Amino acid sequence: MNWLSSNFDLVLSLTVQHLRLSVVPIILGFVLSVPLGWVAYRYRVTRGVLLTVAGLLYTIPSLALFVVLPVITGLSVLSETNLILALTIYAVAIMVRSVADALDSVDPDVRRAATALGYSGWRRFWAVEFPLAGPVMLAGLRVVAVSTIALVTVGIIVGVQSLGYLFTNGFQRRIVEEVLTGVVLTMIVALVVDLLLALLGRALLPWARRGAGSRRRRPSSEGATA
Amino acid sequence: MSIEFRGVGKTFPDGTTAVGEFSLTIPSRTTTVLVGSSGCGKTTLLRMVNRMVDPTAGSILIDDEDISRTDPVALRRRIGYVLQNSGLLPHRRVADNIATVPRLNGVAKAPARERALELMDTVGLDRSLADRYPSQLSGGQQQRVGVARALAADPNILLMDEPFGAVDPIVRAELQRELIRLRRELDKTVLFVTHDIDEAFLLGDQVVLLERGGKIAQVGTPAEFLANPASDFVAEFVGADRGRRALRVEELDGVQVVVDEDGRPAGVLRGSSAAGSFEAKAGARTAPGAPAQGERAS
Repeated sequence: MNWLSSNFDLVLSLTVQHLRLSVVPIILGFVLSVPLGWVAYRYRVTRGVLLTVAGLLYTIPSLALFVVLPVITGLSVLSETNLILALTIYAVAIMVRSVADALDSVDPDVRRAATALGYSGWRRFWAVEFPLAGPVMLAGLRVVAVSTIALVTVGIIVGVQSLGYLFTNGFQRRIVEEVLTGVVLTMIVALVVDLLLALLGRALLPWARRGAGSRRRRPSSEGATA
Repeated sequence: MSIEFRGVGKTFPDGTTAVGEFSLTIPSRTTTVLVGSSGCGKTTLLRMVNRMVDPTAGSILIDDEDISRTDPVALRRRIGYVLQNSGLLPHRRVADNIATVPRLNGVAKAPARERALELMDTVGLDRSLADRYPSQLSGGQQQRVGVARALAADPNILLMDEPFGAVDPIVRAELQRELIRLRRELDKTVLFVTHDIDEAFLLGDQVVLLERGGKIAQVGTPAEFLANPASDFVAEFVGADRGRRALRVEELDGVQVVVDEDGRPAGVLRGSSAAGSFEAKAGARTAPGAPAQGERAS
């Protein structure tokens, strides 16, 4: 722990930097995925295309993306915006499918009831479908969060400072403690963010938790579609 | 609020015809029950009234106004709608579910909640349930919330799509009695869909029996169905020739006892004139509206 105590300030500032670099793509990815996921959910034709493209995006190696992005965007190779853009792309790649699945998971009877009550399409989406898609979207978002926090470390290779610095620096200088600190802290950051998201879910989606115990399977509604 | 179907038809884009040509007038402040097996188009017809489904032929008039020219969202807000599985919004508490339409119409939160609590009294729900989520209620309670929600904006028309289809028989009987009471108190035009002929006879002032494709097999009061089934299909569907629909009179110590097919007593015949003197226990305005319901009403 000697190394850690003498480098505490560095580690702290890297952790804050790491969080900042993670949070932006997580939020951006979610915001962009909602309309894209809705389109994938709503139109059968676009669903296949969108989800395939999203899946392919996720298979691009991160290093390759970091190198190619500045060429496409025209930004400086050293700009951290490249990293944020790349991570946003990965976030969208995972999240679009989650949003589409989440919207699919909303009970059609509830959707129909909302329409029958007199919700207009737009209002129905925000007041009924979006909140009811919450639990499934949250599950996707938690995967995105952990994955993004892990990927931020790769940014060090293109010069963006994060906890990843402790890996490269530790390896170069043969300080095992430094490398371990980087690994453990990255995991802790991921776990803390994941926990925060779970708590946020409990606060925003209280109905999903309370109902879980007593929810029974509804009988088939075949007769209702007569 | 009368509802009129004028030569209404519905053919889906894939070519299947749900409803051929359907014409019917539903008089104001009465209960009409559409009854038939799966696939007879009864739910499709019901959903045409609040434009959840638009007909591909013919027109529907509410108080002589063609609804195809109205804004569907505004139309739906003035028509109450109850679904089979209650269709409650799982993320809203009971009181908020009931207050949905008033809130959509811009009523402030406090008065909307007050109205919701009153409606809970109306449908026989304890006010202590107001802050529960729907999943924390029993099936029967959920259905009552569904009815309360449909009544919240005080609509003149109430559409009920097999509302009691998914609850057990005891709860169903209770909810049916409750609906009869509500109907008497509230004076609405009710259009009710069911596949249960007993339920249709119990609740309907006017019963419409449908065959496949929305073809009307017979329209009439429940008594008319039993007295003059229009076809073998109708007689078969209502079971006019069997069980407790095939009642006969037996004399016992000078009293005329009505018994069913198996000789089990259904009641006592009072006065000398026949069916007309049966009291409609259900309290339907049309006196002959409740034949052969001794078992249910007891």
